[in-house]
Amino acid sequence: MAVNTTPGAAEELTTPQEHVAPPPLPEQSAEERRTWRARGRLGMLLVIPGFAFITLFFVVPVFSMLAMSLYVRPEGAVPGEFVPGFNIATYAHVMTTYGDTFVRSFLFATVATVAALCIGYPMAYLVAVRLRGRHLLQGLLLVVIIAPFFSSFILRVQSWRFILSDESWVVGFLKAISVLPQDGRLTATALAVVAGMTYLYLPLMMLPIYANLERLDTRLIEAGGDLYAGGLQTFLRVTLPLSTPGVMAGTILTFIPASGDYVNAVMLGNNVDTTTVGQIIDSRFFHATDYPSAAALSAVLMAIILILVTLYVRRFGTKEIV
Amino acid sequence: MSATGKDLALRGITKLFSGFTAVDDLDLHVPAGSFFALLGPSGCGKSTTLRMVAGLEHPTRGRILIGDDDVTGTKAHQREVNTVFQSYALFPHLSVLENVAFGLRRRKVPDALGRASKVLDLVELGHLAQRRPAQLSGGQQQRVALARAVVNEPHVLLLDEPLGALDMKLRRQMQAELKQIQQEVGITFIHVTHDQEEALTMADTVAVMNAGRIEQIGPPGELYDLPRTAFVANFLGKSNLFEAEVVDAAGPQGLTVQFGETTCRLAAERAVQQQGRIVVGIRPEKIVLTRAGRRPADAQADWTRVTGGRVRDVAYTGVSTEYEVEVPGAGSLTVFSQNLRTEVIGPGTEVDLWWEDANLFGLAGGSDTEAGVEEL
Repeated sequence: MAVNTTPGAAEELTTPQEHVAPPPLPEQSAEERRTWRARGRLGMLLVIPGFAFITLFFVVPVFSMLAMSLYVRPEGAVPGEFVPGFNIATYAHVMTTYGDTFVRSFLFATVATVAALCIGYPMAYLVAVRLRGRHLLQGLLLVVIIAPFFSSFILRVQSWRFILSDESWVVGFLKAISVLPQDGRLTATALAVVAGMTYLYLPLMMLPIYANLERLDTRLIEAGGDLYAGGLQTFLRVTLPLSTPGVMAGTILTFIPASGDYVNAVMLGNNVDTTTVGQIIDSRFFHATDYPSAAALSAVLMAIILILVTLYVRRFGTKEIV
Repeated sequence: MSATGKDLALRGITKLFSGFTAVDDLDLHVPAGSFFALLGPSGCGKSTTLRMVAGLEHPTRGRILIGDDDVTGTKAHQREVNTVFQSYALFPHLSVLENVAFGLRRRKVPDALGRASKVLDLVELGHLAQRRPAQLSGGQQQRVALARAVVNEPHVLLLDEPLGALDMKLRRQMQAELKQIQQEVGITFIHVTHDQEEALTMADTVAVMNAGRIEQIGPPGELYDLPRTAFVANFLGKSNLFEAEVVDAAGPQGLTVQFGETTCRLAAERAVQQQGRIVVGIRPEKIVLTRAGRRPADAQADWTRVTGGRVRDVAYTGVSTEYEVEVPGAGSLTVFSQNLRTEVIGPGTEVDLWWEDANLFGLAGGSDTEAGVEEL
């Protein structure tokens, strides 16, 4: 979904196909046609591993999950025993029971995405545009941004938990300056969960925007200034529209994993007010051994993400940007 | 469209970049409505000067005035100045029409699209209004860039080598169109170029810039006829420069100068320096070449004859022939001879050179005779 919004990536996707099916022009010699066919065969060979991988680890599991969501619990079954069937009622059940949780999950994901955009865009702009030509500083900042990926993300969320824990100096300080009431806390709040998500997915937001802004022609910014647009107007009318593909890719890459987030909700939230769909799926599957409900929840989550992202791309996607 | 051009004045403008002086204490006055060319080789500071007028760079010292307003401290978007960029810098995400309407919209001018369409018609691109810039040819993009600037009716319009990316034929055509549009809209045009022919054909006034300073300002004909520095003499067209001695500075017909065996007269007002060793110059097309001992049919009594020349090299260019002639006392002189007759004089031939003294100009002694010669 994300790659369709960036024309560069879309071209990369279509290129191998063009190699697979070159139009045999009449003036081509037999030898040229043989070369094209050989290239076509090579192209086929090259895409086979990708297809196989996706089929095995994505297409098959999705269909088995959809099938599982329709399984029926037979009379007098032991917990965890289900037989194939067509029980659409599971969907109605999970939607009525966990509707609020869905709303909360997408709310958290939206807030985290917006927050990551607000933090990530200026960072990307700084590195890509303002520091253009200063390669050492650019490289250093990029390493700093990517560095967290070198450590396990469970570990990083765990350290967030320490930092935000009731005994931490952060909470102590916030209480001392009366920002936080004396009985207040940071962990087990929506704020902590959203902050964790924002932090975790920030590089996924920043890097596509950076990659986009790096190619921004700064002479267009000068042209904006020359044509009576102040700094803000130039940003809104020139820079931002031109970086739309990067913003689209970044927001989608952030929103999708944030919608299905489980780790942040468990480690930084773990409170009935912060329960996400990811947590419900986990508890339905591993604790209640209610496999059809877990599968139905996953299917609904996927469907909603698909619909939201499609609407988003339809609304803001601009394929015509050069 | 009414005449909106205003005077532009630069007073003591200096621009320092880390370690070097791009523009050095520059003074300039461009009258309203004129077509002014800043001509110079790359790196001479002409583009920096233009960018300072646009507000894209700020001078280290000095003042910029548009009309009576001091705009030195203002930002680019606050100045009623528009630029046609060398790269065109068209917004790729906007249609041609929206590109042209961009400035009007920012200033909330009523009927921005209507005005933009009119100006697009002026540059004959009305039918392409809905296209994206990437779908246009280089020449068409150039016109859109011009329309996008002209539509705002700025006080001063800046052109930063706008024709540099076009091929020769299109360039000639655009030069004529630009000149015509400038006359129609009455905006003050400042055209930066390194192409001397472009500057000479288009501008009312040309300023030749070198190393951050203006060498000479004047109408094209005057600059060509009477260059005051070796740089101008060589950069604007071609010149023969050679050293000569002023042997009599008090004569009624001006200075008498001597090089080798030859003496000739140089009007005092055409010489920068009136005594001692000076540099004398003459344009290659103003020298007439004959076989030794012959006399050109139109030569007057006061023409100077330089004897003892020997043709070293001949280049036939169709409309004319270019000779390199070794002349005792002056070194190698270039002669452009129009091919009115069929005879081309071969290398090694003994020749005489003739010229009318009124075409000579005198430069300061010790001038670098190679200054401004374009290296190929």
